[in-house]
Amino acid sequence: MEIKGKVFVFGDDVNTDEIIPARYLYTHDPEELAKYCMEDARPGFGKREDIRGGIIVAGENFGCGSSREHAPISIKAAGISCVIAKSFARIFLRNCINIGLPIIEIKDISGFKEEDIVRVDFNEGIMENEKTGKKYEFKSYPDFMKEIILSGGWINYAKNLVKGEKDG
Amino acid sequence: MGMTLTEKLLSNKYGKKVKQGDYILLEVDVALANDITAPIAIEEFYKTGLKRVYSSDQIVIVPDHFVPNKDIRSAMQVKMIREFAREQGVEKFFELGRMGIEHVLLPEQGIVKSGDIVVGADSHTCTYGALGAFATGVGSTDIAGVYMMGKAWFKVPDSIDVYIEGSFKEYVSGKDFILKLISILGVSGANYKSLEFRGPGVKNISMDSRFTISNMAIEAGGKTGIFPIDEITLEYEKSRSVVVEKLSPDEDANFIRQININLDEIEPQVAIPFLPSNSKDVSEVEKDRVKIDQVVIGSCTNGRMEDLRAAASIFKGNKIDKNVRCIIIPGSQEVYKQAIKEGLFDIFVDAQCAVSTPTCGPCLGGHMGVLADGEVAISTTNRNFVGRMGHTGSKVYLASPVVAAASGIKGYISNPENL
Repeated sequence: MEIKGKVFVFGDDVNTDEIIPARYLYTHDPEELAKYCMEDARPGFGKREDIRGGIIVAGENFGCGSSREHAPISIKAAGISCVIAKSFARIFLRNCINIGLPIIEIKDISGFKEEDIVRVDFNEGIMENEKTGKKYEFKSYPDFMKEIILSGGWINYAKNLVKGEKDG
Repeated sequence: MGMTLTEKLLSNKYGKKVKQGDYILLEVDVALANDITAPIAIEEFYKTGLKRVYSSDQIVIVPDHFVPNKDIRSAMQVKMIREFAREQGVEKFFELGRMGIEHVLLPEQGIVKSGDIVVGADSHTCTYGALGAFATGVGSTDIAGVYMMGKAWFKVPDSIDVYIEGSFKEYVSGKDFILKLISILGVSGANYKSLEFRGPGVKNISMDSRFTISNMAIEAGGKTGIFPIDEITLEYEKSRSVVVEKLSPDEDANFIRQININLDEIEPQVAIPFLPSNSKDVSEVEKDRVKIDQVVIGSCTNGRMEDLRAAASIFKGNKIDKNVRCIIIPGSQEVYKQAIKEGLFDIFVDAQCAVSTPTCGPCLGGHMGVLADGEVAISTTNRNFVGRMGHTGSKVYLASPVVAAASGIKGYISNPENL
């Protein structure tokens, strides 16, 4: 799998209250949550047309705070194709694996500017900033997580398990 | 090599020895969700085409975030989860008037017990580590997985040894300890890891303070924060008619880091905006004369009896500053009733505090005390992120009940010692 998109840069410790503030949690409709994606980190972000297909590049501990799955759901529904960060908070990472929002952890990620163009090759484990020509390597997920991703998320994985138990 | 408490708890349930780094699929004792996170889990569950949940006994649903329903759409979300609970025969669905803030309610009702494996679609599920349970926050899809097959996936985490000595000074409690620890670890210092509390000082930490400490493990990124099952746990569990056995990490367990904390050396703490790790001694913050508009005492962090008693001891015979409003939120119906019985409501009302029914309410800027642009609150809750309690131009300082109460009386962030 390969994706290419425009970069949107965010800092360290972006928390889920900033990604999707609690005042919008009266709904769990992805399309509506998408409108408020990153609202308290960058007001109006979710309503921009040009973020579709874009890639978020962030610092340490992206997605810290609340367990609300509304956060990765809003990012995915807003059309962001991938989140790249120095590190991810645990529950956010888990939610992304479970719902199938591609995320990549790369420790040395400095030097990215807003609207750089990035190409990610998931098979080779390479990300390239096409503006600067700099290439970055990243590790693939552990096998267990890979299986969840390849199944199409945790629900599909679980469905196969339930089916297996019945058949077996 | 010995085992950490985390490895022991997971191994006991798994039926064979697991070690750090293993990925396991494990049946859980409790799967918790609330009015914000349950709707997604329920929709995901029904989308699979399954009709009945794996086991309604595992399922606990507590509408507490926007309850009493703050608006029509919140009411619709609660209605949906109520109907699910009825349809699936979920007995542990707690309505307003019979409920509490989830993490206050579950231990109190004996629903979560020492040694249990608990997942909750709420990041503060780690609270139950206070009982010596392996409890961790997950997402709604994980909960849907439990509805489907009773199980969730885990990576057995590394553990950090938090070695405790000494005992708390006056006006110092679990909140100050955990704020201090988070300032040492940073907001991601325990990411993917388990915090394990041990050492001779543990016996000097009350059950309510333990709940406060474990509750905020997530603010350092922790997967969980676990206390050993000791005399204090057994006594608490006995009062809930729960019988358990003692359990501790082995002396030679594999910890990836050790942090030593002497309780005698901890001063009352205040975490300044906008991260829970920004804590300072209250004596230092007091010098800045930080004026406040609102005090909040309650939440899954500090809404228990020890917290209300501590706040009342400060409020007694005093009044809130004329420029400040104070909201007190008992964590459950049981806490509410006990506080009335002990006369604490008289003290709060005489001090001109507003006392609310149990709810998460203002902690996450939901309702019952949302902040306007430029307003400042001191709160016993767990997060002081940008906009957490309302407008993005507002600020939240985190502290213990006694520091919050003293600040309410003075009108600016104050050391209770100087009242």
